[in-house]
Amino acid sequence: MNHLPLIIKREYLNKVRNKSFIIMTFLSPIIFVVLIGVVAYLTQLNNDKIRVISVLDESGLVKNIFKDTGHTVYHVLEQMSLKDAKALSKETEAYGLLHIDKMNDVKTIAKHITFYSEESPSINTISDLETQIESKLTNMTLLKNGVDLDMINASKIPVEIAQESFDGEKTSKIDSVIKIAFGGALGYLLFMFIIIYGNMIMRSVIEEKTSRIIEVIISSVKPVQLMLGKIFGTSLAGITQFLIWTILGFVLMLIVSAVFGIDLAQVQTPHQQVVRQAMENPELNMKIQDVLTAFYNLPLFNLVVAFILFFIGGYLLYSSFYAAIGAAVDNETDTQQFMMPVIMPLVLAVYIGIFTVVEDPHGTISTVFSFIPLTSPVVMLMRIPFGVPIWQQVLSFSILVGTFILTVWFAAKIYRVGILMYGKKPTYKALIKWMKY
Amino acid sequence: MSNLLEVNEVSKNFDNFTALNKVSLSVPKGSIFGLLGPNGAGKTTLIRIINQITMPDSGTVFLDGEALQGKHIKDIGYLPEERGLYKTMKVGEQALYLAQLKGLSKTEAKARLKYWFDRLDIGDWWNKKVQELSKGMAQKVQFVVTVLHEPKLLIFDEPFSGFDPINADIIKDEILHLRNQGATIIFSTHRMESVEELCDDIALINKSNKILEGKLVDVKRQFKSNTYEVGIRSNNQPELRQELAQKFNVSNATFKTLENELKLNIKLQDNEKSNDLLGFLASKGELSHFVELIPSVNDIFIQTVKNN
Repeated sequence: MNHLPLIIKREYLNKVRNKSFIIMTFLSPIIFVVLIGVVAYLTQLNNDKIRVISVLDESGLVKNIFKDTGHTVYHVLEQMSLKDAKALSKETEAYGLLHIDKMNDVKTIAKHITFYSEESPSINTISDLETQIESKLTNMTLLKNGVDLDMINASKIPVEIAQESFDGEKTSKIDSVIKIAFGGALGYLLFMFIIIYGNMIMRSVIEEKTSRIIEVIISSVKPVQLMLGKIFGTSLAGITQFLIWTILGFVLMLIVSAVFGIDLAQVQTPHQQVVRQAMENPELNMKIQDVLTAFYNLPLFNLVVAFILFFIGGYLLYSSFYAAIGAAVDNETDTQQFMMPVIMPLVLAVYIGIFTVVEDPHGTISTVFSFIPLTSPVVMLMRIPFGVPIWQQVLSFSILVGTFILTVWFAAKIYRVGILMYGKKPTYKALIKWMKY
Repeated sequence: MSNLLEVNEVSKNFDNFTALNKVSLSVPKGSIFGLLGPNGAGKTTLIRIINQITMPDSGTVFLDGEALQGKHIKDIGYLPEERGLYKTMKVGEQALYLAQLKGLSKTEAKARLKYWFDRLDIGDWWNKKVQELSKGMAQKVQFVVTVLHEPKLLIFDEPFSGFDPINADIIKDEILHLRNQGATIIFSTHRMESVEELCDDIALINKSNKILEGKLVDVKRQFKSNTYEVGIRSNNQPELRQELAQKFNVSNATFKTLENELKLNIKLQDNEKSNDLLGFLASKGELSHFVELIPSVNDIFIQTVKNN
């Protein structure tokens, strides 16, 4: 008799109706949105603050070059000793005091510039000042040596290398950024999903053991059916939760940004910052259209199909591990020793994805790990935006499916024996023996 | 009478440990079969093999003349010793789920559950969560779920644990009722008084081997020692004792009486008749007590296991 649909239904309903599941489902997006709101608020607060930098230029060469910006105001002090200037800056709560010593030649001056402040200044502030002074002093030196500045400026030739694949597909630097961001997001999503819902499966197996219903159930159904039912039922509950989160999160974001008037575009993840810097860089001269073009340049259809397949394959593979672990132990505290070897390849996959794939998406390491079944779902998902031949994807997915079938077979053996074992904490040796029973 | 269940030379090893060593059993149709044995003897392993939870290393099992296979799952109802229910599920919902796993349709399961819940007077519990029930209450639900699909073979492992005497009695009556309706029941327990009361047949397993099997009365006949428990009133007890000791194999007995009688166990030789003993005793004093000692299952259990 095939009871799989019945078991899946029970597991699903049991998860979905669970109070903590409902609370988590509806509370998480709220917490998430509130958190983002706070971050956005703080960012704005920070941006609104104006920094005053006092400038005491005893050389008199650079005091007029500083231009006030939205965030920084320069206050030039005259006819004052360094001591008084320091005291004054402190008193007026200036961000800091830039002091340029009086020296004879430009080269010596460059070595006698100091920034005094209460706390260590931000790196951005210092490098900003350095750039401004440097350019002024360089220009002065050039002029002094009789070089025509206009000629130098006119002789500057900006170069932008166009990128194109052998097949004639145009790419750009912004493309890479988008690819990294997109692939990274997919890989990370899978990683999170496996950890959260894998644990849920494990707990559900342990619950059946501790409530001692297990023997009643497996006198009616085959253990492997029960295990698969659990895996599928919990996965469906997980997908339901994810969908609700996505929808709720989206709606809440809209509400929050409308009510509080917080410009969410200002809240930036690291990836977005990369994009922004790339966009703001005048030499690249990128616009939002380019980002969109880059996005549409992605092999979107391939990505969606691969995402669904590798996501399901990878998730099911790891789920069978979690189910076997749950069957092997009596309570959650005993799971630690078995969790390590499961989490390790996952973490490894994410690291390879972030460091190696970004650097060289088609290098040996990236390619090899996108075939090894324990790492392939994450690594392959991160590689696909860079264009992976279909045969590689098919091969990798086949290996993944084959491994999944094999793992389920082994996990079912451990599961079958483990669910009836109570009391002793099993060792790896014991687990291997169980497979022979 | 034919046998519903035939177990032929079934063996099972776990690692270096032998759980069952060529165990054979025949469970007659319509009987209550007591499966006895000390802890760790291999009873649970045998029961799990019958339920197809564990596969035997060698040997065969036949149910109703057919080799045991997947379709037989619905012909067996099993109440394991280690039993429980999903704590967070409602009683009715859970009973429906378990009944459906045994192959009943939802409507069929509902109708039968209603019958049984009413019969055991637990109809009000339908919407309660299992964690709100007491242990005994949960056991009743489990009992219902076990018998609901009307299997040919019922296996009860310590069915009375967790029940108060009143509920234990109700369950006992239900078990007898099921037997009378044609079900065959395997009954595993350490409570020997229930075995005396319920079982038609017994088998004793010790250290992975079956050491005894048969009809309960036959087993008792086999173990009886032709000993009689005797109480006799006499003015001179030591003298009477001595006189009896010369003629018969006598030992002291203890049983409760109202007067201060001479109490003895007298074991007869094969050629001696109980009537002769009775006549002899009657001539010596007023006889208050004369009973043939029938070995209890408890005695048989202890004696057999110790000698094994």
